[in-house]
Amino acid sequence: MSVGSSDGPLAGLRRPFEGPNTMGNTPGFWLGFVVAVAVLAALPVLFGYYAAEIGAVFLAYALLGVSLAFIWGYCGILSFGQVVFFGVGGYAFGVVAINVPTLTGATLGLLAAIAVSTCFAAALGYFMFYGGVRNVYVTILTLVVALVLYTFMGQTAGGEWAIGDARLGGFNGMSGVPDLGIGIGSTGLEIGIVAHYYVTLGALVATYLGLRALVNSHFGYAMVATREDESRTEMFGYNTTFIKFAAFTIGGAIAGLSGVLFTTQNNYIDPSVFGITAAALPVVWASVGGRTSLLGTVGAALAIQFLDYQLALSGSEWALVIIGSLLVFVVLVMPEGVAPRLRDIVVDYRSSEPTPADAPAGTEEVSD
Amino acid sequence: MGASDPTVMTTQAVDETGEGSSRILQTRNLRKEFGGLTATDDVDFALEEGELRCLIGPNGAGKSTFLNLLTGQLEPTAGKIYYDGHDVTDLPSYERVDRGISMKFQVPSIYEGLTVAQNLRIPLQQVADGDAFETRTREILERFDLLAERDTVASNLSHGQQQRLEIGMAMALEPTLMLLDEPVAGLSVEETAEIADLLREISDDDGVALIVIEHDIDFVESIADRVTVLDQGSIFREGSVEAVKSDPEVKRIYLGEDH
Repeated sequence: MSVGSSDGPLAGLRRPFEGPNTMGNTPGFWLGFVVAVAVLAALPVLFGYYAAEIGAVFLAYALLGVSLAFIWGYCGILSFGQVVFFGVGGYAFGVVAINVPTLTGATLGLLAAIAVSTCFAAALGYFMFYGGVRNVYVTILTLVVALVLYTFMGQTAGGEWAIGDARLGGFNGMSGVPDLGIGIGSTGLEIGIVAHYYVTLGALVATYLGLRALVNSHFGYAMVATREDESRTEMFGYNTTFIKFAAFTIGGAIAGLSGVLFTTQNNYIDPSVFGITAAALPVVWASVGGRTSLLGTVGAALAIQFLDYQLALSGSEWALVIIGSLLVFVVLVMPEGVAPRLRDIVVDYRSSEPTPADAPAGTEEVSD
Repeated sequence: MGASDPTVMTTQAVDETGEGSSRILQTRNLRKEFGGLTATDDVDFALEEGELRCLIGPNGAGKSTFLNLLTGQLEPTAGKIYYDGHDVTDLPSYERVDRGISMKFQVPSIYEGLTVAQNLRIPLQQVADGDAFETRTREILERFDLLAERDTVASNLSHGQQQRLEIGMAMALEPTLMLLDEPVAGLSVEETAEIADLLREISDDDGVALIVIEHDIDFVESIADRVTVLDQGSIFREGSVEAVKSDPEVKRIYLGEDH
């Protein structure tokens, strides 16, 4: 198999997004991808308003999952605290948008939230990576930061914990967070529930494609090399500390954006986003879907959260047990996750066919 | 250390290394202590451009420590390293690589999960782009006899192919000094001869200076311009292979009567 070649229709268009660092470099894969996006786009039309409301939350979770797959799967940084940037983004949007009314506030809130979560990730990443924190200690440290924020935000119930008009609200959370919107004053675009679904879907697709291009670029190779063998990579002239710092910061920015999309959908955020259950979810999605597959993680996030939702609807209190068992099962049977396993099956199948397989085989779960 | 002013570094370097104009590497009183153990003991070492030097010595003589000081993997306790007229003692590894120092580790430490082409891209994308990148990739694969293995995952290569790939990756950066730690350990007789030819060629044709740590004295004889014998962290003897080989003192430390 000739990895990295792009033949077939629209080869030129596909080229920036293809390479040996991503699965799915065939026309068949992209056809499946377009169909899957079309199905997702059709959901509000088919199932209405309510599907858009629930679906947007799942898509925001998927974006959070992608932020982890990017840094863990491609750079080997297992962050247990992606929810830190998710939650910080959500709270930051709330504080700005509540204090500055009209669309100006929503626009400023979005920009501020991304800026704050990016800076937070950069600061944490700087102290960790330039301080020589490695491997499992990164995981522990990021989890600790999430739990510290959980405890801290939980004790902000008193009236003195307010920033302008925005009350942090302790475990009751911050309510009355405005919808997403783009504009100045009252002129601009207000983003209602159905539109919010499409904005979230658009953000997810754009982030996915952007990250595919990034991981197949020079920087992506440097990330993969750092993941595989850091000291070796340094001996090829790479500043691996900076590479980890930069990747972690990008991951934090994406998690922050997902937090804004989540918070503006619910018009509410509370400290449970920093809790240990929430912190574990991105790790579960990436483990089940396959951390080296951005799309596998998206599929797993959507499928698991949908399953969780159905279990909750049916009144079952077993949701966490079932999801935990699923994680254990997948990790035992397919340590690399579902998507890489599927890719291997397709590769085996194609290479056993009598016709020569000219393109790299690859597929990912696009059933959602 | 406050050697941030480049002009100061250069002046200093000329003072230290000015006597030999073609001298590429020089260490001054280089010292490394691990607790109470002195692994490198005030070593003054010099290497000419394009020279192939073998570093030999009994186990625990401090050969690998010395190499790791040169690459920046270890920080010296005291002393200086001058490379190409500049003080590089305080530079991190990746900046030393930019200046032309390249290293091959003791164990083939290629990226096992990646294909040969992907492995090669990691050093090569640092120095070449576009068409030049494609041309260089092909050149290196041809030269190191890996063209047929382009899309093979590196862990599936034979040991000899892995060694060649790693040397090819080190050469991709177009270094002026290459450090090799036991490049033929565990190789067959044929593979050893192949690597010997390759190293001679890199020294003679590419003009790359090499420091090779090696135990196999026959291999050393087949490649080295000069030999440095380390013992207990300091330079014990230095000279041609014949001179060192016939030195009764060298035989004595190798047989361990000294200790």
